[in-house]
Amino acid sequence: MMLTTSSARRKAVPAGLAAALALGLAACAGAGGGGNNDADAEEGGLVELTLATVNNPQMKDMEELKSAFEEEHPDIQVNFVQMEENDLRDAVTKDVATDGGQYDIVTVGSYEVPIWAENGWLTDLTADLEADPDYDVDDLFAPVQDALTVDDSLYAVPFYGESSMLMYNQEIMDEAGITVPEHPTWQEVADIARSVDSDTVDGICLRGKPGWGELFAPLTTVVQTFGGSWYDDEWNAQVDSPEFTEAVQFYIDLVNDAGESDPVSTGFTECLNNVSQGRSAMWVDATVAAGLLEDPETSEVAGQMGYAHAPVVETEESGWLWSWNLAIPETTQNRDAALEFVKWATSKEYHQLVGTELGWSRVPPGARNSTYEIPEYQEAAAAFAPITQDIMLAVNPEQPGVAPQPWTGIQYVTIPEFQDLGNQVSQDLAEVFAGRSELAPVLERAQELAQEAGDAQQ
Amino acid sequence: MSAPTTTRPRRAPAGGSAKKHRLAVSRALLWPALATSIILTQVPFVMTIFYSLQSWNLLRPGERGFTGLDNYVSVLRDGSFLSSLGSTVAVTGTSVVLSTLLGMLFAVLLDRNFVGRGVARTLMITPFLVMPAAAALIWKWSIFDAATGMANWGLGLVGLPPVAWNTELPIVTIIAVLTWQYTPFAMLILLAGLQAQNKDVLEAAAVDGAGPIRTFGWITLPHLRQYVEIAVLLASIMLLQVFDPIAIMTRGTGGTKTLSYLLYERAFVGLEVGEAAAYGVMTVLVTIVVASVALRTLFKVFSSEGIGR
Repeated sequence: MMLTTSSARRKAVPAGLAAALALGLAACAGAGGGGNNDADAEEGGLVELTLATVNNPQMKDMEELKSAFEEEHPDIQVNFVQMEENDLRDAVTKDVATDGGQYDIVTVGSYEVPIWAENGWLTDLTADLEADPDYDVDDLFAPVQDALTVDDSLYAVPFYGESSMLMYNQEIMDEAGITVPEHPTWQEVADIARSVDSDTVDGICLRGKPGWGELFAPLTTVVQTFGGSWYDDEWNAQVDSPEFTEAVQFYIDLVNDAGESDPVSTGFTECLNNVSQGRSAMWVDATVAAGLLEDPETSEVAGQMGYAHAPVVETEESGWLWSWNLAIPETTQNRDAALEFVKWATSKEYHQLVGTELGWSRVPPGARNSTYEIPEYQEAAAAFAPITQDIMLAVNPEQPGVAPQPWTGIQYVTIPEFQDLGNQVSQDLAEVFAGRSELAPVLERAQELAQEAGDAQQ
Repeated sequence: MSAPTTTRPRRAPAGGSAKKHRLAVSRALLWPALATSIILTQVPFVMTIFYSLQSWNLLRPGERGFTGLDNYVSVLRDGSFLSSLGSTVAVTGTSVVLSTLLGMLFAVLLDRNFVGRGVARTLMITPFLVMPAAAALIWKWSIFDAATGMANWGLGLVGLPPVAWNTELPIVTIIAVLTWQYTPFAMLILLAGLQAQNKDVLEAAAVDGAGPIRTFGWITLPHLRQYVEIAVLLASIMLLQVFDPIAIMTRGTGGTKTLSYLLYERAFVGLEVGEAAAYGVMTVLVTIVVASVALRTLFKVFSSEGIGR
């Protein structure tokens, strides 16, 4: 409400348009869904659920298959509101923060779940899920479950999850006579990148595009394995520490020496492009990228990629952890019906349904152990499924770095201020990438910003 | 609303004028529209002022409260506001000047008679019709991409090394896109000016033996002055609000964080409602000051032009 009013005054902000649009969509959904609910519930008739979700392929599959759920539950109808990731975050945050009550089910990232749970915005699912033996809560990936748990209560269930890994072009490595280890160190990766880097092929592609999720997803994992961290266990900022500095300097040097030529405009999509066209020899990024690289329709390197664990320095693993999860906001009027749908969409049966109806490579990855035991899935995703499972089970969201940290989560800090902090620091790092600024002063300023945010946690 | 209704019975029988009566009714009918527009335009601003006095991060609902002028203090102390004001002036100013100069060039060329003039004019106007977000994407991918972009291909043709555009020259990429989009706009206005030029005067100049350059400098340019002013004013107003290419291409790096992008970041990345509102109010204040100074100067110019003639 408030954001739209303030931006309506400043016609200058086209972003306001996006938000207004998102709100508009939400309002429509509210009118259609929420408006009817009370009456319907009284009559014992149809319950309409409104689900806000991100417009990723897996979610589109869910919408396509929802009729199977509605056939099983003739008294429930599920309406999908799909948005781009940032719009979803804005719209849902606003709705939940202001008690809007437009959504019965929301899709939230693993970053938001603990923050929202602390705010009392999400309902506790623990008892309900454990009461249903068919659902098999223990089958959910343990690290993902950890990330969604606050004080022993589970506030969301993963729809799909991902980690990060090293992906490399086997043909280029063969030509250079290089064998990439299965558990490489960053030093090894940097040496390989520098040795295969040439005029036509970049040694490695690493994101450099500013944005808290864009740049700091990979960079935070590098910092953590170098022994650095955003905060120590008492929320003292550690951004200007030698380890943090060394990690960032290493990352920037590697990109400048052997990486893509225009780092500030390179994010996930750009790296995907470079690698799938054979213009980059290696890439450390989300495991979900593997499925895209192995798709012969869009990728020129399908079938010739190799996969390894994310490179490390001082830790055993340095993969990240991200999941898109389904949660039920406290404001919903239809908790029971919403719970039915949440259970269905994250169940083993749903994974079977996706496999048989849409194809086995489209089963949502990184959520359930049992998915990786399905023979058809093993075959369809043979190139990357086993390693994805390995990494996702090996990472530790409670202490991904060398020292203990006061939050649960890997490539981000689970505090409200982190989006802002990460965003500002990533913008300043763009100046370092370009050589217009030194790293030390940038991290000094970042340290101040981080300390302000850290103070807010104490 | 009550005023017209009370006067009506007294005046109507007096037979003074049915016209006046009709006018009163029309005015009464206008009230709802007027009230709506006052509410729509002013209430959001009042709300913004109200929110700017609150400490409110959307993700910390328990800590919302009145903080007085704290948000304004942090806006002024942080330094982002001033540097962003500088970026806005640099990006907007350069783009407007370049657009106007290029627009003038193209307007003069297209003012002449030649075969296919209609087609050429239509083609020239197209950039202005492309949606800003689409334009930014086209430039990002097909022109300024370091590996496959046309800009680096062109540099290669003349033997120059490739440039990492968004890393090394972010502000140049933004200004290029904006200039490309707004040159047609300036051109349209200036072309209208050229078409409105009195042909007799030009003929007289030719008879007096003035060459094309002297004619342009001494006759056409003074005539175009008002049109240039309009083009500059309108383009500045529109470019002050520019957002899409920054969000898509540079993400506020390298001196491209204009006020509108800064506001977006405070509100939608930081989720700092109070602070964003304070930035909003400050922006409005600055805009009002700048606009009133600019408009006053402009009016002065216009009125002296009027007296001069």
